[in-house]
Amino acid sequence: MRLNELKLGGSAIIDHVEDHTAGDPVAERLRALGFVPGEPIRIVAVGPIGADPIAVGIGFTRFALRRAEAARVLLRDAA
Amino acid sequence: MSVLNAALVGNPNCGKTALFNLLTGSRQKVANYAGVTVERKVGRLTTPKGLAVRLLDLPGAYSLVATSPDEAVTRDVCAGTYRGEPAPELLVCVVDATNLRLHLRFALEVRQMGRPMILVLNMIDAAKRQGIAIDVPRLEAEFGAPVVTAVGIRRDGGQEVLRALDLPPPPPPPAMPSGSDFHAEARRILADCVTRPSRLGMALEERLDRWFLHPVWGMVILFALMFVMFQAVFSWAQPVMDLLDAGTAALGQAVGTLLPDGALRSLIVDGVIAGAGSVVVFLPQILILFLWILALEESGYLPRAAFLLDRIMATAGLSGRSFIPLLSSFACAVPGIMATRTIQNPRDRMITILIAPLMTCSARLPVYTLLIAAFVPERRVGGLFNLHGLVLFALYMAGILSALVVARVLKNRDRQEEHPLLLELPAYRLPNPRDLALGLKQRAVIFLSRVGTIIVTVSVLLWALASFPAPPAGAAGPAIEWSLAGRIGHWMLYVMAPIGFNWQICVSLIPGLAAREVAVSALATVYSLGATDSDAANQLQPLLSAHWSLGTALSLLTWYIFAPQCFSTLAVIRRETGSWRMVGITAGYLFAMAYGAAFIVWRISLLLGWGGSP
Repeated sequence: MRLNELKLGGSAIIDHVEDHTAGDPVAERLRALGFVPGEPIRIVAVGPIGADPIAVGIGFTRFALRRAEAARVLLRDAA
Repeated sequence: MSVLNAALVGNPNCGKTALFNLLTGSRQKVANYAGVTVERKVGRLTTPKGLAVRLLDLPGAYSLVATSPDEAVTRDVCAGTYRGEPAPELLVCVVDATNLRLHLRFALEVRQMGRPMILVLNMIDAAKRQGIAIDVPRLEAEFGAPVVTAVGIRRDGGQEVLRALDLPPPPPPPAMPSGSDFHAEARRILADCVTRPSRLGMALEERLDRWFLHPVWGMVILFALMFVMFQAVFSWAQPVMDLLDAGTAALGQAVGTLLPDGALRSLIVDGVIAGAGSVVVFLPQILILFLWILALEESGYLPRAAFLLDRIMATAGLSGRSFIPLLSSFACAVPGIMATRTIQNPRDRMITILIAPLMTCSARLPVYTLLIAAFVPERRVGGLFNLHGLVLFALYMAGILSALVVARVLKNRDRQEEHPLLLELPAYRLPNPRDLALGLKQRAVIFLSRVGTIIVTVSVLLWALASFPAPPAGAAGPAIEWSLAGRIGHWMLYVMAPIGFNWQICVSLIPGLAAREVAVSALATVYSLGATDSDAANQLQPLLSAHWSLGTALSLLTWYIFAPQCFSTLAVIRRETGSWRMVGITAGYLFAMAYGAAFIVWRISLLLGWGGSP
């Protein structure tokens, strides 16, 4: 499953972030912001139009990102 | 005496700027880094032992693998490779004690630079309140650099930092083998040194975000906030602006009586004082707008607004951050363009600056109302709407729609990689009055000193154009007709006649460059009304409907939607982008659109038989 498929209120564990292009700067940045394997993540809010962008809670920080960006984050089920 | 060069580095939202304000007080200088539009803040302070410190407040960064010009500046200054900046002798790395997981990773990246550094655990009070216990001596040992605590928002919250600056600089910290995982290292250090209760501190954020980010209530709150803000900028500023206007007029008169009649008096009164007045009159709007923006930013709400509006702005190829600058531009493009500082992405910022002048500002209103009243019949449409109101609405919409089109075209032109939204939603905080006051003061100084000088210079120049040469003795007609401006107006006719303008319009457009609404009183002058501003419009109205064709009026209205008839806007673009090229592009494309659109409107009017004399 990918982060863009997770429902509002749902939570999961990050498996890894994949590059969509060679040296993908967005993926690079996601990893720097703490989207790293084993990290629990949950969806705390979705945007008013088309449920895009999404707001996620990771660690003690929240981030807003568009679904296209979230599609880089692969998840595994919350243990 | 020697001065210690130190630099503050840290994540965005680590409270770095509050700490910087606390340490340096009002001894700050704000400018741009050479060659880029990144804001450079430097302050001076003296430690308890009398050591002078020059402290640079580097732009906040999430990583030294830079993805924005801000982060590139931070990276290069830290590395000591930024041209014109001395390498910092000491890095003061600030981390939010309540968000160490994210911030300590960046601190480790900074440590890797191998420069002497100290680590500041900021907002230690909030951490204590949340029950986070940090073993500082242990952290110091694990991290390998001195660690102090601070509370950036408390008056005495910087004492430990000052004491640490007094000590001889620490040796460069140990570096990790290259290719190490900063996250893993941060996690290891935190496991050793920090205990925190499970997510208790997040409860407030959860509750607030449930409202502020709610698809319905979030939008309701946002529009209520924007409505009040727009009201504040648009109408609350008005009495103060009127007062300033009256004040400059009174000052002009008072000075006028002191000086003998002649060119000198005219220069001082009509050139310098009126020019300075047209600068000062923007201040109330700028201060009110920035008070809002700073408060929204400090409180952590601004990124949430960007979240809610992102999808709407994405239709124009922009992100949610562009919304507030564009909204403010309806009052005036000058504060609106200054507000684009909150847009981090440089491309989005440039596009927002480019389209901001298309938002119908309040200075266009006097021109619109004059022409609508003179040429559009007062009539009800569909029993509900007033035709005057509909035309005004159409003029506003024409500006907004063309801005959308321009933004899209610019976006398609640049086929770069995607521009991510990806922004942090920081913890909610009460804005600190001292930080708000300092922020406001900086905006006011920037505007008055750097934009103001350009505007006053241009005003004096325009005054000279409209005053020289003086008419010969016994000459008939208004003086402006004999001046250079009058002559230029007549020459302009070759270019402007194809869009239906007469020479009177051309002449009034020249002083109108100082400010759009000046064109109304300039028209009054050209038509030898010699009326004061307040009733110029009333006297002009029948005159215009008698002398101009409907086509000419429609063409001029169309011209006003687009034309960059405002030197203040161009001056502020120069200041904010640091580039005359950007000014040229803005003025060029807007003039081209104005001319093109007015041409089409005039041609259609001719076909419909609206071009003849009434």
